[in-house]
Amino acid sequence: MGQGARETLVETAAISKHFGEGETRVDALREVSLTVGAGEVVALLGPSGSGKTTLLNVIGCILEPDGGRLRLDGETVYDDRWLRQDLRRLRLDKIGFIFQFHNLLPFLDATDNVALVLRLAGRERTAARGRATELLDYLEVGNRKDSMPANLSGGEAQRVAIARALANSPRIILADEPTAALDSRRAGIVMDLLRKLAAEQDACIIAVTHDEKIYDRFDRIFHLRDGRLEPREGAST
Amino acid sequence: MNLAWRDVRHNLFRFLLTCLGLSLLMAVVLSMIGIYNGLVIDALTIVRAPAADVWVVESGTQGPFAEASRIPGDTRASIARLHGVTEAGSVTYQTAEVDFAGRTHRLYLVGFEPGRPGAPLALVAGRPIGRSHHEIIADSGAGLALGDRVPLGRDRFEVVGLVENQVNSGGDPAIYLPLRDAQILQFELAPPAARVQTARGAPPQSENTVNAVLARLDPNVAPDAVAATIRQWKHLSALTQADQELLLTRSVVDRARRQIGLFMGILLTVSAVVIALIIYTMTMEKLREIATLKLIGAPDRTIVGLIVQQALALGAVGWVFGLALVLLIKDYFPRRVVLEPVNALALAAIIVIVCIAASGLGVRAALKVDPATALGS
Ligand SMILES: Nc1ncnc2c1ncn2[C@@H]1O[C@H](COP(=O)(O)OP(=O)(O)O)[C@@H](O)[C@H]1O
Ligand SMILES: [Mg+2]
Repeated sequence: MGQGARETLVETAAISKHFGEGETRVDALREVSLTVGAGEVVALLGPSGSGKTTLLNVIGCILEPDGGRLRLDGETVYDDRWLRQDLRRLRLDKIGFIFQFHNLLPFLDATDNVALVLRLAGRERTAARGRATELLDYLEVGNRKDSMPANLSGGEAQRVAIARALANSPRIILADEPTAALDSRRAGIVMDLLRKLAAEQDACIIAVTHDEKIYDRFDRIFHLRDGRLEPREGAST
Repeated sequence: MNLAWRDVRHNLFRFLLTCLGLSLLMAVVLSMIGIYNGLVIDALTIVRAPAADVWVVESGTQGPFAEASRIPGDTRASIARLHGVTEAGSVTYQTAEVDFAGRTHRLYLVGFEPGRPGAPLALVAGRPIGRSHHEIIADSGAGLALGDRVPLGRDRFEVVGLVENQVNSGGDPAIYLPLRDAQILQFELAPPAARVQTARGAPPQSENTVNAVLARLDPNVAPDAVAATIRQWKHLSALTQADQELLLTRSVVDRARRQIGLFMGILLTVSAVVIALIIYTMTMEKLREIATLKLIGAPDRTIVGLIVQQALALGAVGWVFGLALVLLIKDYFPRRVVLEPVNALALAAIIVIVCIAASGLGVRAALKVDPATALGS
């Protein structure tokens, strides 16, 4: 699949980020530039410490880079400084996060974990719960909608977490090792689901992974090494 | 959906256990307030019981509670004749230890003239003293029942009536008895040395002395003016009811007030520290959830609300439990515990302030947490 005239949802231009100073200085990202378009499912690949999580955090607006430029869904949000004050609102509206561990709030049942982000975005109570139930059904965990996270299996919890990430129909979905906690069959199911979502909602998905068994599920793979994007970017299959 | 409540409900047992712990602390604070109130009220009941306007006592003293006072028994007649005085009655006060029913009782004997100021008012059982001999009216706290015959001095006295909550400032229950009997007892129960002195014929201490004369006044007459008139008599002094109450509150209660006040200050400080620690710990345990909330886009308002609401809930439940506990056990205290609604409300206000202040520590930690920690990769 070429990029063609596809709408660009994420664009980083020469993003850099370092931690520490002097002896302990680590350049986690060195002038990373990439673009991801609507409907694309891409992977960030690289050895441990290569900067994958750091890049994801910068794209997710939870980590301020040292410099460069970041455009999300047509809006420049960072250009050597944040251009928006309310980054949390930006996250709420545009970005869905899927974590390695599901990170569901342990004190809310499945439905309310999903409904919470809808309520935060200003949806009215019954509407929020209605949509949450729909999403859980869609992700085939509707039968567990009243369960507390502690009573869900790993795969179920991950799907509830995906439902939460999708609740506000964000166009950018960031996933940090979304399948690491799952067996290969479930990992495949989750990846297929993400692909389906990207296509249906015209969203993009950027996933960090170590998981070789799911490489073939990505449109493109970005290789990171020592904070640099390696040229051998390539499509799988 | 209320996150604070959901989180509490999720860990309801532990939350209630924490509240229970806190409520014990609250109960101690409330008991201290109640004990203090009881002390003040107890100290004043004996002074208020006779509903007098002016207390006539020995010159140069502030009797009969703060200092010893002895005046001749015939003083009453002179006082009664004063302009503005409608009634007057002699009274005596003395403490005595009495062995009865296998226990030693410490009692506060009040001698009075039946039908005159000083007689016990508001009996809760029995009848007033009719015969003026060998009958007593006891405070219910003395553990005596109607018909009991109590040995006092050389005679036995029959309990014919009961009053409630009449104790001296030391908490000893009052026993009312006719003045004549009380005067004999003052002599009989006096220390042996004094009796020997008297027997030897040393300056005969007249048996007809009393400790004070109580006067009730015409409502149109100023007690201060009457007291001033009486003070002009060389061997007498006089205090108005207001003077007497102030004196008692100052002398008896003031030290207790400072003692208990300081203790309450310490208790409240301890409570504040405990609340702060609990809330801080509760927040630290939720840091990952808080980071997740931030990551998914929850505003600070939501996070601060979560912590402050839980802190307030903790304080409120602790307060309710504590109050319930004190109300349940207050009658088992050896001395009176009196809780006014205003005390409970004042404590509630203090707890609200402490909880909000104590949340500050937790809120600070919560607002500092980096949303990226939720990713935890
Ligand atoms: N908060 C931080 N403070 C200091 N160093 C960090 C921090 N986050 C990441 N690093 C360093 O940055 C480099 C890249 O980290 P990271 O993006 O987590 O790598 P990856 O996710 O690819 O394993 C690593 O060397 C890591 O030690
Ligand atoms: Mg990582």
